[in-house]
Amino acid sequence: MNNHTTRRLLAAAVVIPVILALGCTSSPTAAPVAATNTSYPVVIHAANGKVTIAHRPTAIVSLTATGTEMLYAIGAGAQVKAVDKNSDYPAGAPMTSLDGNSPNVEAIVNYKPDLVVVSDDPAGFQSQLSALGIPVLEDPATSTLAQSYQQYLQLGQATGHAAGAQTEVAHVKAQIAQVVAATPKPTSSESYYYELDQTYFSATSSTFIGNVFSLLGLKNIADASADAVSSGGYPQLNAEYILKANPTYIFLADTLCCAQNASTVAARPGWSTLSAVSNHRIVPLNDDIASRWGPRVVTLLQDVATTVKAQRRAPAA
Amino acid sequence: MTATLPGRVAGDPVVTKEPEASSRVSVRVPLLVATAVLLVAALLGVSIGPAGVSLSDTVGSLLVHVPFLHIHTQASHLDQAIVWQIRLPRVVLAGLVGAMLAAGGASYQGVFRNPLADPYLLGVAAGAGLGATIVIVSGPGLSELLPVAAFVGGVGAVVLTYLVGANTGGRASGPSILLAGVAVAALLTAIQTYLQQRNAQDLQQVYTWILGRLTVASWSDVVLILPYVAVSAFVLLAHRRMLDVLRVGEDEAGSLGVDPARVRLVVVAAATLGTAAAVSVSGLIGFVGIIAPHAVRLATNSSYRVVMPVSMIGGAAFLILADLAARTVQAPDEIPIGVVTAVVGAPFFLFVLRSKRARQGVL
Repeated sequence: MNNHTTRRLLAAAVVIPVILALGCTSSPTAAPVAATNTSYPVVIHAANGKVTIAHRPTAIVSLTATGTEMLYAIGAGAQVKAVDKNSDYPAGAPMTSLDGNSPNVEAIVNYKPDLVVVSDDPAGFQSQLSALGIPVLEDPATSTLAQSYQQYLQLGQATGHAAGAQTEVAHVKAQIAQVVAATPKPTSSESYYYELDQTYFSATSSTFIGNVFSLLGLKNIADASADAVSSGGYPQLNAEYILKANPTYIFLADTLCCAQNASTVAARPGWSTLSAVSNHRIVPLNDDIASRWGPRVVTLLQDVATTVKAQRRAPAA
Repeated sequence: MTATLPGRVAGDPVVTKEPEASSRVSVRVPLLVATAVLLVAALLGVSIGPAGVSLSDTVGSLLVHVPFLHIHTQASHLDQAIVWQIRLPRVVLAGLVGAMLAAGGASYQGVFRNPLADPYLLGVAAGAGLGATIVIVSGPGLSELLPVAAFVGGVGAVVLTYLVGANTGGRASGPSILLAGVAVAALLTAIQTYLQQRNAQDLQQVYTWILGRLTVASWSDVVLILPYVAVSAFVLLAHRRMLDVLRVGEDEAGSLGVDPARVRLVVVAAATLGTAAAVSVSGLIGFVGIIAPHAVRLATNSSYRVVMPVSMIGGAAFLILADLAARTVQAPDEIPIGVVTAVVGAPFFLFVLRSKRARQGVL
């Protein structure tokens, strides 16, 4: 676990300066620091129902990596007291050993939070926190950009940064529109295979990531999945189907978890026949960024657009 | 229940004889039937798949690899790669794993005289699962070590079971080994569960491995396990007559000149070696080790002279067909093969169980 965490931190340490140097995504420190612009108590209609927040929170515990990124992006970073062990961005977030997947209520309460942000509640601990008078805001994984924008606004309302949230949403929207506008339209049908691990788990267009990629006019080969609903949009594809589909692009969201890259893909039995391999259209993505629906979706889209633009400007023979 | 004592072979301490002609017939027919079923299963496995390669292209893709034939095929490079590098190794690997799990199950049922014994009884699955989980949660750079870790974990678990199960005299009785196996498996599973829960980000990888990973089968996997499976199968087949002797009871076997503890050790060692090798590349595929031997027993007779070889062939055919279902029923999605073996296998097993031979008490 420690090795893995260390690796993720190292990866973040490498990626973050690059992102900041590019200057093309929302910086966690650039969000406006708005004064409290919410009148409390405020009632929020979140995924876990009505949540009443009596006063402006000053000790937020975030157990969701995306939630943490959103909180900092809207300017509520100073109010964050503790974040879970997967919240590795932004760099200044007070990372702790709290586990968002199997949280210990006493460990959370130890930080004396006045708001806890989660993405799900596998152990049903929300009722325990609520019994202690601690409001819990659930922001689950979204399947569209529009839903993610709602979460920014919700967090803005809850933390007293409604204006900051609106600014951030506008910022993300504008950047995405800019990337899409700068990418030429496809002259012929272009497909992609999105890889979640090296056993060929993928994501269909009904997922957040599929939703984002469709902005660039790409066709997802996983959409042929026979059981997209029961698999939650994340089917395990058959290897020979992937080869037969011969996707234009291969996007790897398993570079950190599973050490996959263009070379390992090309070395797989039979995969050297794929046009994405011979045309160098394999795009390694940062697993963490690709699995979150927060502000760094812009970075993700830019990475994808870079390869897509290269393909469309110089199509392979 | 009556045990069929085998015909005598050189070196066997058993003196019981059977009419040679009926012995040959009773083995040959089931063997021929099982082999025919295996051939059909293999042909179906190679011919059908989500990619929809035509039959002529499939045959062509296979024949170009036959030495000295110098056959050319119209099949595209892509189709050739699909048939030769994706589909065929998967069929072959499923066959090897199925054969090994069936042989392991039959062996364990014989040496422990327990019809519910399966190849995972003494902790192979728990140990392999722990080994695989340790590698997965240790980080991405170690994925090449996954089969090795699973193999070492599986073998290590059974060694631990034997050490724990041995009494003060250093010899282990059947029941004490079984109990030790339960305890060791519970302990290793607890550690494995702890590790996977502490590393929830790797949960999917762990479960994918546990539910079977023939999805990424390759020739290198086949080459990796073939020596272990071959040695294991040879030893188990060589001991099939001993297993028949053990069925009459340990004391009786002893009076016939068979050392039950020694036979048990050799058979368990061979079965463990092969099973650990199989699960190291396939993950934990259940049910095969119980279904195949019992189906053979119910369909033929209960002598290990028949059960062992026919179970191997039947197990191979069963897993090839189960894998065919796993990759085609919801194509292009994969269904975990462990789910298929249970869903297909359990009703089939019940059907066989209710058959005439079961009512006659052959099982």
